[in-house]
Amino acid sequence: MPVQAMYDYRATPADRQENFHGNQLVYIGWDQHLMFCSPVCLPLPPDMPFRDLVRDVLPGAYATHPDWAHIDWDAVEWNVDGEPFVPDMDAGLADQGIGHKSVIRFRTPGLNGIGGVAT
Amino acid sequence: MANNNVFIALQNNEEARPIIEAIEQDNAEARVEYAPAMVKIDAPGRIVVRRETVEDLIGRDWDPQELHINLISLSGNIDEDDDAFVLHRGD
Amino acid sequence: MAAKRLNLREKYQKFTRDLAWEPTYQKKSDIFPQTEFEGIHIHDWDKWEDPFRLTVDAYWKYQAEKERKLYSIIDAFSQNNGQLNVTDARYVNALKLFLTGISPLEYAAHRGFAMAGRQFGGVGPQVACQMQSIDELRHCQTQIHTISQYNKYFNGFHDWNHMHQRVWYLSVPKSFFDDAMSAGPFEFVTAISFSFEYVLTNLLFMPFMSGAAYNGDMATVTFGFSAQSDESRHMTLGLEVIKFMLEQDERNVPIVQKWIDKWFWRGYRLLSLVSMMMDYMLPKRVMSWKEAWEMYFEENGGALFEDLSRYGIRMPKYWEVSVKEKEHLSHQLWATFHNFGHAAAFHTWIPEESEMQWLSEKYPDTFDKYYRPRFEFWRQHTKEKGRWYNPTLPMLCQTCQVPMLFTEPDDPTQICYRSSQYNGEQYHFCSDGCKDIFDDEPEKYVQAWLPVHQIYQGNCGGASIPEVLEYYHLVDGQDNKEYLESNDRANWLRWKGMADTEADREVQAVVNE
Repeated sequence: MPVQAMYDYRATPADRQENFHGNQLVYIGWDQHLMFCSPVCLPLPPDMPFRDLVRDVLPGAYATHPDWAHIDWDAVEWNVDGEPFVPDMDAGLADQGIGHKSVIRFRTPGLNGIGGVAT
Repeated sequence: MANNNVFIALQNNEEARPIIEAIEQDNAEARVEYAPAMVKIDAPGRIVVRRETVEDLIGRDWDPQELHINLISLSGNIDEDDDAFVLHRGD
Repeated sequence: MAAKRLNLREKYQKFTRDLAWEPTYQKKSDIFPQTEFEGIHIHDWDKWEDPFRLTVDAYWKYQAEKERKLYSIIDAFSQNNGQLNVTDARYVNALKLFLTGISPLEYAAHRGFAMAGRQFGGVGPQVACQMQSIDELRHCQTQIHTISQYNKYFNGFHDWNHMHQRVWYLSVPKSFFDDAMSAGPFEFVTAISFSFEYVLTNLLFMPFMSGAAYNGDMATVTFGFSAQSDESRHMTLGLEVIKFMLEQDERNVPIVQKWIDKWFWRGYRLLSLVSMMMDYMLPKRVMSWKEAWEMYFEENGGALFEDLSRYGIRMPKYWEVSVKEKEHLSHQLWATFHNFGHAAAFHTWIPEESEMQWLSEKYPDTFDKYYRPRFEFWRQHTKEKGRWYNPTLPMLCQTCQVPMLFTEPDDPTQICYRSSQYNGEQYHFCSDGCKDIFDDEPEKYVQAWLPVHQIYQGNCGGASIPEVLEYYHLVDGQDNKEYLESNDRANWLRWKGMADTEADREVQAVVNE
C-alpha cells in the first residue's frame, strides 16, 4: 500500500514540472567541495545548452571557492543521476537526458577542496 | 556485556536532596553524577525510592508521587505503589 | 462506618476503569473508527495500565505545584533582568531556534494527544493521553512566557509561530509532527511518546537544559526541567503503549518495529539541530553532542532495546549510522547555517579559537581534519572580502527536509545521495533511513512542502532573498546574518558596558545579492 490510510488515498505530488513556470529543477553538486554544505537546487530551462550551464550558471553557485579558477574543464568528470556522463555542450539539458529533478555531479581531479580534505 | 542500566534524573535542589540521599542509601550500586542544575543516577537493573527512607530523612509523611515535582527524566520500567517507586529492567 | 482510605492501585482503578462503560446502542468500531486501519490487533484494553497510577486529582495537584514553582522563578528572572546574566548574547540564538522550532511542536503535541486520546478504545490510554495533551499545552505556554522576556531585548523572537509555518529549516520540525499527526493513533503515540520522547528527547531536555543553567539562563532551565518532568510520564506512556501492543498480539510486532525504525530516524534527523545547539550555540558547554549521544542513546537507549528484545524488538534500523555520524553531525549542521545565515531567523558566527580548541579536543578524529579548514577559510574570507554566504538555494531531502548535507556514513568527504522513482518522478534523500521511509509510503511524501521548491514555484513572496525574508516576517539585516554585525551584539556590549573594539569586530558589512 503506498500509504497507510482508511481509504484509497491518492496525493497530488507537490513538485511536478508544470509547477515551475516552464523550468525544470536541476540539482548540482561539486564533489569534494563541502564548503558548499549541500548540492544546490536551481530552476533551469529544459532547453538550456549544457555549455550555458557551465558558463553562466555554475560560476554563480561556485566561483567563490579558491579551487574554482583552477578547474580544467576538459578533465572534469560528470555524473548524472548516478551514472558517468559525457555532456554534449551544445545540446539542451532535456535532450541529453537531464530531466526534471535530475542530479548533476561533477568531480574536478586534483582539486579536492581547501586543504585537500573536501572543504 | 549485558547493559541493563536504569536511570533517574532529578533537579539539584533542596527538595530533591533527601530523595537523592534515600536512593544512595537503598541502592548500593547507584552511581550519582552531578551536572549543572541536575543530578543523574544510574544503576544496573533496578533503582528503588522507598517512602520510609525519605520520610526518615525529611521527618514528615511523603507520598512517592511527590517525586514528579522534581523529577527530570528516567529510563526503565516503572512500578509505583504507596510504599515505593521502582525502576527496573525485565519483568 | 469510617470510609477506608483507598490505596494507590484501588484509587487508580476507581478513577479510571470504573468511570468507563460498554456502549449499548452504538458499535464500538463506530465510536472509535481509527483503531483498526493501522493493522494493530487489541484484544483486551484493560491490560493497559499507567504504571504511575496517576489519577486526575493527583495530576492537578502536582501540576499546580510545578507551575507555582516555575512561575515564581520566571517572575524573579524578569524582575532581576536575568537576560543580562547569560554568558553571552550569542547564547540567545539557541533560544530563538527553540522558540521557533520546538515550542510550536509542543502545541502540535497538545493537539495530537487530544486526537489520539479520543481514538483509543480503552480508558487507561484515554486518561493518559488527556493528561499529556494538557501537559503539552502547558509546555507551549510556559515556553512562550519564559522567552517573552528575551523578546523585549533581542531580535528574532517576534513572530515565531508564523516563522514555524514558513521558514525553510523550520519545515524540518513542522513536517516531522505533521507526519506523525496524519498517521493513525497507534503510530502517533509510537512516534511521539516512544521514539521521540523516550528514546530521543533526553538529549534536548537534559544536556541542553543543563547547558542553559551553565550559561546563566535560570528561566529556560526551569521550564526545560519542568517540561521534562512531564516527559517522564509521557515516556512511560510510550513504553507502556509499546509493551501493550506487543503483548496483545504477535501480529503487532513487525508493525511496531517498522514504526520504531521510522520514527527513530525521523527524530534523529530532527535532533541534528540540537547537535549544533550543544556544540556551537552554547558559549559554555556541558558536554559534546557525541558524548551526549553515547550516554543517552548508545548506553541508555541500548539498555532499553535490550529489555525490549524479549518481545522480539531490536535496535532501530540504521542506529549504527547515527553512531558513525556523531563525529560529524554538529559540524555539518553549523556549517550549513553558516552557508545560509542570511536566510535564518537567528545569528550565526565562526567559533572563536578557544571554541575550536574545545571542538578539537572533543572530536580529535574529525574536527581538525575535516571541519576546522572550513571555518578558518570563512574567517579569512570575512577579513578580506566580507562574510561569505552560499549564493544558491540548497537541495533538500524529500523526507526529513534537511538540506542534503550529510556525508556517506563511511566517507566524510562525500555527500550521501539516495533516490527513488515513484509514478514517473524522481525523489531524493539524504540517507537510507529517509529513503526507506519514503519507499514505504510514497503517497504521503510526494506532497511534501519543500521550502526551496516552493520558493521556485513562486509561493513564498518572490524569487529574491529579501522578498522571501519578508514572507518569513524576518527583517533583513536585523534578525538574520552574522552575529558580529548584529544589533543584538551592539546592544549587549552597551548593556554590559563593554567596548566594541575594532579587534573583536573583524567583519565587514555585507549585502547579499
